[in-house]
Amino acid sequence: MTITTDARAARERSTGPAIEAEHLVKRFGDMTAVDDVSFSVPQGSVLGLLGPNGAGKTTTVRMMTTLSTPTSGTARVAGHDVRTDPEAVRHSMGLTGQAATVDEFLTGRENILLMGSLYGLSKTQIRSASDELLERFSLTDAGDKVVKEYSGGMRRRLDLAVSLIAAPRVLFLDEPTTGLDPRSRVELWEVLRALVADGTTLLLTTQYLEEADQLADRIVVIDHGRIIAEGTPLELKDQSGKAALVVTVSHADQLEAARGLLASHVREVHVDEGARQLTAPADGLADVTRIASVFDGSEIVLDDLGLKRPSLDDVFLHLTGRRAEEATEEVGDEVTDDTEPDPKGGRP
Amino acid sequence: MSDTTVRHDVATARSARLTIEPPGLWKQVRTHVWRNIKHIRRMPEMLADVTFQPIMFVVLFAYVFGGSINAGVNYREWLLPGIMAQTMAFSCFVVAIGLTNDLNKGIIDRFRSLPISRASVLIGRSISSLIHSSIGIVVMAVTGLLIGWRIHNGFGKAVLGFALLLLFGFAMMWFGILAGSRLKSAEAVQGVMFTAVFPLTFLADTFAPAANMSPAWLRTIAEWNPISSLVRAMRELWGNTVPLAPDSALPLHHPVLSTVIWSVLLTAVLAPLSIRAFNHRTTD
Repeated sequence: MTITTDARAARERSTGPAIEAEHLVKRFGDMTAVDDVSFSVPQGSVLGLLGPNGAGKTTTVRMMTTLSTPTSGTARVAGHDVRTDPEAVRHSMGLTGQAATVDEFLTGRENILLMGSLYGLSKTQIRSASDELLERFSLTDAGDKVVKEYSGGMRRRLDLAVSLIAAPRVLFLDEPTTGLDPRSRVELWEVLRALVADGTTLLLTTQYLEEADQLADRIVVIDHGRIIAEGTPLELKDQSGKAALVVTVSHADQLEAARGLLASHVREVHVDEGARQLTAPADGLADVTRIASVFDGSEIVLDDLGLKRPSLDDVFLHLTGRRAEEATEEVGDEVTDDTEPDPKGGRP
Repeated sequence: MSDTTVRHDVATARSARLTIEPPGLWKQVRTHVWRNIKHIRRMPEMLADVTFQPIMFVVLFAYVFGGSINAGVNYREWLLPGIMAQTMAFSCFVVAIGLTNDLNKGIIDRFRSLPISRASVLIGRSISSLIHSSIGIVVMAVTGLLIGWRIHNGFGKAVLGFALLLLFGFAMMWFGILAGSRLKSAEAVQGVMFTAVFPLTFLADTFAPAANMSPAWLRTIAEWNPISSLVRAMRELWGNTVPLAPDSALPLHHPVLSTVIWSVLLTAVLAPLSIRAFNHRTTD
């Protein structure tokens, strides 16, 4: 990854954190959507705000981007307080909201022109900037097409391009890849990595554990409006314990026999009947070879046997006692104002 | 060419762009108007309400009902200011639907995250709707000229008539902003606005003389309807009218003044309500 001299300069200029949340609280009537959330994001780094739907991620971002007033507490973006100097906050950050908020009746180029002129850039500045941005986001060919004809991934990329027109030092991305197919998601990750290499500070919310794992330097896990864990992806994975051995049995009627066999070689076995899977704690690859030979000598037919390192999914399970998907179903829609389309897309 | 070169160019240009002054309110408003006009150009069918629809009304009333309506004067001349007023009253639909769509699609949030005046969105929306309706007025005028409508009292009064029409349109904008901020979907806006505005334009001195309406209370409502004042004012200024029935309600005796008063009054009541509704909808 290339780090330009510019980005280096920007990093050297860095003094305080780019984003700070200080005891943010947001209540809607009796409902507390965000409950005493504090964190800080150093310049040029990426913070992943991770949690299921309805956890309070969007509300947190809305408060930090001046769209919503905190009930108490405050936040600072590039050193500017959202309560006392919202105008300066708006000057120093870009926001890509949950739904791709580009104008679908304008072309890609016109969308960039729209935001560029609202930022006060001149026509010539916008022209050269939009050429760069469209190229950077692989939209050069689509630049003069009306956004209505864009795919979901293209809209997202344009959305991001539009947010970058005024070169914000801090960028908020609310579920940037929700509703994208896996390929577009990976493409967008690449773009985000390039931005960070250029010295941009990112705060992204996501319900995809993999995404936070891939992009974030630090992760804040939030559930029911509260921070329940914080750390680097590695630290969080360590919290959730060891790797696991996963055995998938070919025939459901052999599951019980397999369980018995496995149980005599490991400390404990977890059975998932639907998936015909047995899970047991493991220390490393040696366990895989050991258990493989055990099953080799038996009648039991296996589909798969392997080592599963803890994912952030396991972290979530460990922290909340439930899987991220279950949490989504339980809690329901993200609680913000009702003008937002609700992101129903489950996990891929 | 290496990736490094490209990325470096981008980075340099990006930092150069950081020293930009925010635009003044007027430039922001112009940008919003530009966007809304682009929408009309992308979706010419948006203009149906100010083209086909009023033309249809002209044809319907001038040729279908016209023979049976006794206005005491050349009905087609008498009718035209009425349809122009109706077209202008309907322009609040455009504001309301545009606003609701923008709110629902989250684009208003995006604007709110920019360092721009929050009023610029509403001002831009109102100006583009007035432009939208003005297209309708031109279409109406041409249609009118084709079917025999004429302005008889000279240029000055003609302009004053159109100015009153725009003034009333401006007052109706606020109603559009109110509805657009309160209602949650374009469908709801269509339904509610149609139910509210459509009768308002008929229960007036627009298509049939209010003086012939009975029972008497219906006539009173029609004559106090702001649209009746506007229509009467245009007819007087353009010479498309008949002498007023002496027992008509007070506003119709001073139609120009009443139109101004009605417009100011509507704005004074609706503007604070609609700005409050918009702020309420966009802040939490």
